[in-house]
Amino acid sequence: MGRTLTFRIFRFNPYDEDSVSRIQEYQLEEVPRLNIFNALNLIRDDQDPTLMFDFVCRAGICGSCAMMINGRPTLACRTLTSDFSSVIELFPLPFFKLLGDLSVDTGVWFREAAERLESWIHTDEEFSVNETEKRMDNELANKIYESDRCIECGCCIAGCATANVYPDFLGAAGLNRIGRFMIDPRDERSNETWFELVSTYEGIFGCIGMMACEDVCPKSLPLLDTFAKVRRLMLGTGLSGKK
Amino acid sequence: MSDTYTTDVLVVGAGLAGERVAVEAAKYGLNVIILSLVPPRRSHSSAAQGGMQAALGNAAKGKGDNPTVHFLDTLKGSDWGGDQEVIRIFVDNAPIAIREMAHYGVPWNRVKGGPAQYFIKGKKVEVEEDFKKEGLITSRDFGGTAKWRTCYTADGTGHSVLFAMDNLVVQHGIQVHDRMEALSIMHGDGKCYGVIARSLRDGSLKTYFSKSTVIATGGYGRIYGTSTNAVINEGTGNAIALDTGIVPLGNMEAVQFHPTGIVPTDILVTEGCRGDGGFLLDKDEYRFMPDYEPEKQELASRDVVSRRMTEHIKKGLGVDSPFGTHLWLDIRHLGEKHIKTKLREVYDICMYFIGVDPVKDLIPVRPTQHYSMGGIRVNKDGHAYNLEGLFSAGEAACWDMHGFNRLGGNSLAETVVAGMVVGKRVAEYSLKRNLDISSTLADKFTREVEDRINALFKGKGTESVAGLKKEMADVLTEKVGIFRNGNDLGEAKKLLKKIYDRSKNIKVKSTSKGGNPELTAALRLKGMIKLAMTIAWGAYARKESRGAHTREDYPARDDNKWLVRTLARWPEKANEPVLSYEPVGILDMPPGERGYGGAQSIPMKKSVKSYNASVEKLQKKNGCLDPAIKIGKEIKPGLWKKEVK
Ligand SMILES: Cc1cc2nc3c(=O)[nH]c(=O)nc-3n(C[C@H](O)[C@H](O)[C@H](O)COP(=O)(O)OP(=O)(O)OC[C@H]3O[C@@H](n4cnc5c(N)ncnc54)[C@H](O)[C@@H]3O)c2cc1C
Ligand code: SF4
Ligand code: SF4
Ligand code: FES
Repeated sequence: MGRTLTFRIFRFNPYDEDSVSRIQEYQLEEVPRLNIFNALNLIRDDQDPTLMFDFVCRAGICGSCAMMINGRPTLACRTLTSDFSSVIELFPLPFFKLLGDLSVDTGVWFREAAERLESWIHTDEEFSVNETEKRMDNELANKIYESDRCIECGCCIAGCATANVYPDFLGAAGLNRIGRFMIDPRDERSNETWFELVSTYEGIFGCIGMMACEDVCPKSLPLLDTFAKVRRLMLGTGLSGKK
Repeated sequence: MSDTYTTDVLVVGAGLAGERVAVEAAKYGLNVIILSLVPPRRSHSSAAQGGMQAALGNAAKGKGDNPTVHFLDTLKGSDWGGDQEVIRIFVDNAPIAIREMAHYGVPWNRVKGGPAQYFIKGKKVEVEEDFKKEGLITSRDFGGTAKWRTCYTADGTGHSVLFAMDNLVVQHGIQVHDRMEALSIMHGDGKCYGVIARSLRDGSLKTYFSKSTVIATGGYGRIYGTSTNAVINEGTGNAIALDTGIVPLGNMEAVQFHPTGIVPTDILVTEGCRGDGGFLLDKDEYRFMPDYEPEKQELASRDVVSRRMTEHIKKGLGVDSPFGTHLWLDIRHLGEKHIKTKLREVYDICMYFIGVDPVKDLIPVRPTQHYSMGGIRVNKDGHAYNLEGLFSAGEAACWDMHGFNRLGGNSLAETVVAGMVVGKRVAEYSLKRNLDISSTLADKFTREVEDRINALFKGKGTESVAGLKKEMADVLTEKVGIFRNGNDLGEAKKLLKKIYDRSKNIKVKSTSKGGNPELTAALRLKGMIKLAMTIAWGAYARKESRGAHTREDYPARDDNKWLVRTLARWPEKANEPVLSYEPVGILDMPPGERGYGGAQSIPMKKSVKSYNASVEKLQKKNGCLDPAIKIGKEIKPGLWKKEVK
């Protein structure tokens, strides 16, 4: 068995004025169940200590390690080398600020998005220490959780034609976040508030519905469904003027 | 002077514990800055799948639950090593914490009235869920608990709670400086002034002055190499506290191994697998746990299950594989729907990482390093011993509700509860204190960090970071693992000492600008080795077996000599840690039987009364600062008797 893999990796260090962007090649003997997480660490430990990339959970949970693997945005930690031919190309996610080689700044982008969307429960009610919790139907809890599962990896945004043209576009992750709060009865924002937030080209109407996002989402979020719901609500609100 | 920031409260760590402290302080109108190695939502708290314990008693199998039952479970779980007053504070606040997070948006799973099918002790049973409880927060079964108490959101509890918490952080406008690593604690005359940090983006050093500094840097399982922990869990927060020379780390020898790390990759599959009815099988696909633990079976506490698994493997009943010997976890009988909804993360992990479909196949598992009970020793307010203005919360701290073994679901709950409780004390302290800014101090500590960096560039170059790290991890795994003995531990001490000495010869070859990952790793290594040494030293000295600390040469729990907490300090210029001991805290329920595990114990000769009489004095002697409420006053004496039949 034992293939020799060739990794063609994008290199650029924005903090070094002498750095030029280039593709660097590394060779690695494949072992069974090798994933890109282990492969990159082996390369860094044994061949090139300067290589930059991000992993945290290494279990497909935290969203740190999204990159372009042979042209497709996905989580590197759970991608096995055996799924590819012996040449594997690694590029950083486009769209996000490059921090070095394969590392991009998704964190700051998502924080700004959270600020823009006011991504928290809006309610006038104060939490009361002594009261039992408000009841909620388990089905609804599950539905909210479905959209809450987004790990902010950025794959959907990297794969989105609109986002790559309009940098202010909220992207699938942003729209999904809105959908999550819209169906949550604890959030008291009115349909008009939502309308102002998403009925723009930065919002839901910027989306051209090609669904590249749903294809690449590593958490298989039902993005198509969520967008349809948001659209319907917004059209309703838009037509009826006020609610 | 490098870039300088000032703030009332500086929180190092953006996991659940750190963020909850930050939110509490912000509610008091204080300025807060959070530092983190990674964007907050990537913190390891997000990886917790299983759930969070709180005695709500809404699920049918949780009926009759209350904080005192939770108290008993936690105390037994800790093998009486925990601080009973802290456990009491914790169990009383856990329900509030859960409900508060519900208020802030966590979509907890809810009770659905009517008949429900569960797997309990190997059998499928129908349980009638109470219609009157419909829509309230429900719970699942976890190890070592008398009631079903673990609240959950499918299998993404940590993720949901962390996202809700970080939403609050955004809402309060709290600044987070991510990719910023605290490298040193500025202190003098017994007071903490803030930290020196290094930007992992551009490599520059920064100075942060604060009235109070909170270390919430999580666990340090990565020193074991094979661990369920995230790769960033390298213990720098604990190491810099140890570097002060005066702040002790508590019970570092108390290291938890989780029964179900998958083989290979060591990724965790949640305790929820067994909680929901999963079995452990051996090479003959025989279910062995009921033979060892007839009462609790697969759901004894983690230390016990991990030991039983290791025992069983030693009998030659493990499954051989190219990745080492393992056992099987079987959840097939739970059915496809259950696995793909309530255990979906488990399904994904198995499919993606080891190509196993848990609906049809057995999952290869073995006990794997998982949790650090030890950490920065703090009083019940979260205030560090010996250093005013330094606090700690979450897995990084030894607040000490877990003693020698933590129960599943009690850690997430701890992060949020400690965040509330400690956050309040941090705020009160910060409101009273002035912001002291001293450029002399900043220069001194910055220079120390610069010297360390220069030394790494100029090193002799005979050692590599990756190489030494692996040697350290191997010593811990082989000699300071689940079963320990004096010979191995003595050997481990010697080997680690050598590795420590050799770490002085590391050379960082890459002078690349910016984050420089090689330098980042090299800067962490010495601290990691020091933590490893505190573990080995503590384990060697503790001549008994308690919770996760199992000595083959001292199999009994010794309440006469060892009902104490180990404190490890690393005095300035010392070449190894120095140990001392203090009482575990005021005893309410005296040491007794856990009801699982089958271990012997040597009873205490002293009376509980005279033990208790010495607690305050001896803890203070070890550096405990006065808490806001006198030691022992928050215990609810004798309440536990009502729940012991
Ligand atoms: C796989 C897994 C599953 C788990 N499941 C459960 C469960 O179901 N139930 C349960 O109760 N517990 C569970 N636990 C345990 C629990 O998740 C953790 O103990 C808990 O989340 C720790 O939270 P924390 O806030 O203390 O630390 P973390 O969430 O680990 O956060 C630490 C933070 O500190 C930062 N940091 C670290 N060092 C520095 C530094 N030097 N400078 C600046 N920032 C720094 C990091 O960037 C991070 O933001 C699980 C643990 C694992 C490993
Ligand atoms: S459907 Fe297309 S345009 Fe819309 S968010 Fe997804 S990828 Fe972007
Ligand atoms: S929606 Fe999916 S692809 Fe997009 S950020 Fe969230 S998890 Fe990633
Ligand atoms: S490292 Fe967390 S998703 Fe890949």
